[in-house]
Amino acid sequence: MVFYTLRRFVNYFILSAIATCLAYVVASLALDPAAKYYGRNPQPSAHVIENILNGLGVNPDVPVLVRLWNWILTLVTQGSLGDTVGGKSVVAEIVTRSGVSLQLLLLGSIIGAILGVVLGVWGAVKQYSLSDQTVTYSSYLVFATPTFVIGVLLMIGATMLNGIVGAQLITFTGSYSAGMTGSWWDLLVDRGVHLLLPTIALVLTGAASYSRYQRSVMLDVLASDYIRTARSKGRSRNSALVRHGVRVALIPMSTFFAYSFGTLVSGSIMLEIVFSFHGMGEFTLQAITQSDINAVAGSTLFLAVLVLFSSTLSEILYAALDPRVRN
Amino acid sequence: MSIVEGASATLAAGPEPEPPSVVMARKPLSRGRLIWNRLAHTPRFWIGAVAMGTIVLWAVLGPVFYPIDAFSRDPLNMGMGPTQLHWFGTNNIGQDIYAQTLIGLQKSLVIGLIAGPLGTLIAAIVGSVAGYLGGIVDNVLVWVINLLLVLPSFILLVILSPLFEDLSWIFLTVFLAGFSWMIMAQVIRSQTRSLRGRDFVKAARYMGVPMPTILARHIIPNLASLLIIDATLGVVAMIMAETSLSYFGFGIRAPDVSLGTLLSEGTAAAVTRPWLFVFPAGVLIATLFAVSLIGDALRDAVDPTSGVNRD
Repeated sequence: MVFYTLRRFVNYFILSAIATCLAYVVASLALDPAAKYYGRNPQPSAHVIENILNGLGVNPDVPVLVRLWNWILTLVTQGSLGDTVGGKSVVAEIVTRSGVSLQLLLLGSIIGAILGVVLGVWGAVKQYSLSDQTVTYSSYLVFATPTFVIGVLLMIGATMLNGIVGAQLITFTGSYSAGMTGSWWDLLVDRGVHLLLPTIALVLTGAASYSRYQRSVMLDVLASDYIRTARSKGRSRNSALVRHGVRVALIPMSTFFAYSFGTLVSGSIMLEIVFSFHGMGEFTLQAITQSDINAVAGSTLFLAVLVLFSSTLSEILYAALDPRVRN
Repeated sequence: MSIVEGASATLAAGPEPEPPSVVMARKPLSRGRLIWNRLAHTPRFWIGAVAMGTIVLWAVLGPVFYPIDAFSRDPLNMGMGPTQLHWFGTNNIGQDIYAQTLIGLQKSLVIGLIAGPLGTLIAAIVGSVAGYLGGIVDNVLVWVINLLLVLPSFILLVILSPLFEDLSWIFLTVFLAGFSWMIMAQVIRSQTRSLRGRDFVKAARYMGVPMPTILARHIIPNLASLLIIDATLGVVAMIMAETSLSYFGFGIRAPDVSLGTLLSEGTAAAVTRPWLFVFPAGVLIATLFAVSLIGDALRDAVDPTSGVNRD
């Protein structure tokens, strides 16, 4: 099992490394970091601009592959991703911003996955019941709604709710109220309230797809012989369903989770922007609009590492759930 | 049960044996016919098809029957909610949201209807070539597929979009299709590998039929149902991708209008003047819902035991 997981990890590792390098090359070729300095008034001298670009390691006169090599070298030897055009360290920026992003992503994906699995199992067990039909059609509806639309619709709903209650019950701009003071508990509650709407949106999108998939896998499992065997040897219905049914039905889910993680990440990035969180989404967009090559490469690396971890995690989960893989 | 009863009844009635009748087997249904029969009995398919037909007709004919131009300004009705004159209200410079929604819908539909099938076409070609040829070509193509899967397509599009500003939505369409075919290509590849060993393909090969002809005549038609489903669901995915990109300012740009740019403009005032956002969003959701109902019904008809959307 260790060997199997390791091999998969190496495979993903190489792929994400290549993806990051390619993104660096594309960003270097397409973005023009010097333009912004030429547009300044008074215009800095060519010498000054050249110095700035060299300092950032983004001078377009240096061949792209040399720059890429230097970038990799500093990453490996110093653990540094270079500086942003604002002069801050990219790593430091990513560390502060990823906290905001991971909070939302982890909360949303975990709650979404659990809710999806529960709804899917419920739907399979109570096939064709009213609750099953309701869940099915609601998930179709969520499928047909882009994530950012869900986010904005939730905002409109929250505003109407606030209007009805007559108080600022749900706040949804940014990840915390700026300038708020109080005990740590108040601050925590404040952050929780701000996280509420984007988390709901992310949970909805996740749960919709997981529940569909889980339901169909569970239906297959329910029809199989070993469930009947478990029942006939005297296990209660619930115990047979949980111990023999759900566990088996979770195996394909772990692969599906890895596949859908990318979608979830892009969904959460969109929600961050919609709800004006200062997270990785905003960082990436700013990097691109400011022609900041180091920051673009850094955020690509961040995404690649996220996908790398989630894929490996799902492989480990798969191996843990399915004894056939371990040998 | 009834046969046994019938037999015992004849035995009881007397010694007259019935002449053995030859049971004629019905002509077997062709696969297309079978799928169509199943589709016709799926209410979801009809709901989706009728809704989609209506939406397409509406997008095409709607502007003809609506007197107000999408870009003309009505200075007397700026930032108004829905009225008899402006069905979906107006924005803060007095442009009619209903007319704009229709124009945006047209653009989004065109992009979705081109990019979805285009992605499927690429998937069919790459997947079948990789699966059929095997060997080095296969390895290289699979590697490319895996690479494209991990490339952050969103970042690439955003970086590259200024280079293609003149081509506007055509570039976007091609790009969206270019990043949407990989998973389907993997499916097609594995299906092709199993088809390759079948006798009819072998026979064609031994008769010296060239590879493109074998793919076009023997492999692709056998995967047609898969491809149709993928193209249908691809339309949903592409419209969604287009609106999301345009929403964040990287897809469709002015002067073009799509549902995404409309939603993007409506967001700022979504809370105070919801009609700017809610109407285009509703049209978008209805469109995507209709297409996905068709796609799911198709999937169920082609493979009743299939996974994700089985009922």
